[in-house]
Amino acid sequence: MCTVCGCGDAKLEGHDHGHSHAHTHTHDHGHDHGHHHHDMHFGTGPAGVEVPGMSQERLIEIETGIMAKNDRYADANRAVLAGLGAFAVNLVSSPGSGKTTLLCKTIEALGDQPLAVIEGDQQTTNDADRIRATGAPAIQVNTGKGCHLDGHMVGHAMEHLKLAQNSFLFIENVGNLVCPAGFDLGEDCKVAILSVTEGEDKPLKYPDMFTASRLALLNKVDLAPYCDVDLDLYEANLRRVNPGIEVIRVSARTGEGMDSWLNWLTGSLTRKTARTAAE
Amino acid sequence: MHEMSLCEGIRTVIEDQARSHDIKAVRRVRVEIGRFSGVEKSALEFAFDVVMRGSVAQGATLEMIDMPGRAMCYDCMHEVEIDDRLAPCPDCGGGKLMPVAGDELRIKDLEVI
Repeated sequence: MCTVCGCGDAKLEGHDHGHSHAHTHTHDHGHDHGHHHHDMHFGTGPAGVEVPGMSQERLIEIETGIMAKNDRYADANRAVLAGLGAFAVNLVSSPGSGKTTLLCKTIEALGDQPLAVIEGDQQTTNDADRIRATGAPAIQVNTGKGCHLDGHMVGHAMEHLKLAQNSFLFIENVGNLVCPAGFDLGEDCKVAILSVTEGEDKPLKYPDMFTASRLALLNKVDLAPYCDVDLDLYEANLRRVNPGIEVIRVSARTGEGMDSWLNWLTGSLTRKTARTAAE
Repeated sequence: MHEMSLCEGIRTVIEDQARSHDIKAVRRVRVEIGRFSGVEKSALEFAFDVVMRGSVAQGATLEMIDMPGRAMCYDCMHEVEIDDRLAPCPDCGGGKLMPVAGDELRIKDLEVI
């Protein structure tokens, strides 16, 4: 993906941006953007200009975070969510941990609570299709070669979703325990999903994601008896990389632990809504 | 793939700076990289050369400055320096450490002409 123009080769399914990405990655951005970042044009600045008397080497101190641009998009998303009193969860996990199934069951259990879903995957609209089958509005973001969702993609998706006041926004990130840890989307928190088939040492192998998460859902606990796993060791390893992490054992399939997860969600939304009302 | 995105972020910052400082060319880019930033330095170096092509920073040297990892030990409540993400507390031997610094990823300065 291209963080210069921010759009990358990510696609919002069902939404033609109206600008063609005919640029090559030599980054001469001569293309016309059909959205609000039309002031980002490169290659026409002073770089190509002769500046007399400027041959001397000099040092420019910058002290700018490399993620500064993503962080600006994330902050904008966060402001929109705060204005709505909406609670956004960034669901992160490895592929196959059961994120989408868990999300479908969660949506069903939440009943008529307003919510929306952003689905991130490299390709296909399979997951958004599954979410829409529950009746919830969902938008698929295909990241193409990208390994994570970023603040810009989520901002666009949020515009299309028209979030309701006091709603939930579930962002199902690309199944990847590495890169999504580093990209703030403007969410209230990350929730890591870890299934019991993945091995107790998963948190130790991929500490960043579990350190960045407020809650870990230990999923597929119904399979634990067949997997020779130690659920307490899963929890101990999670707390070793993040002493403050909350852990809930769930099974999306049998419904075990789902009440605790739903209580956690509704409690978080109530607190967020109260904060918004107070401000 | 992640490092490629990071380099594109570096390029954005450089090109913003190039416009506001009348920069002809960038000779050196100094980047601070925290111990726990998750950046693969060799991948960053590779991506840097590729991504900077055609920009004012084409051919620039990438200098990576290592920043130490620091964590709060939840057993002795001291802030300690650790090299390894899973290392025990050097003060009390405790194993519950919450990183507090070392995730930096920052362009410190540019040497330009």
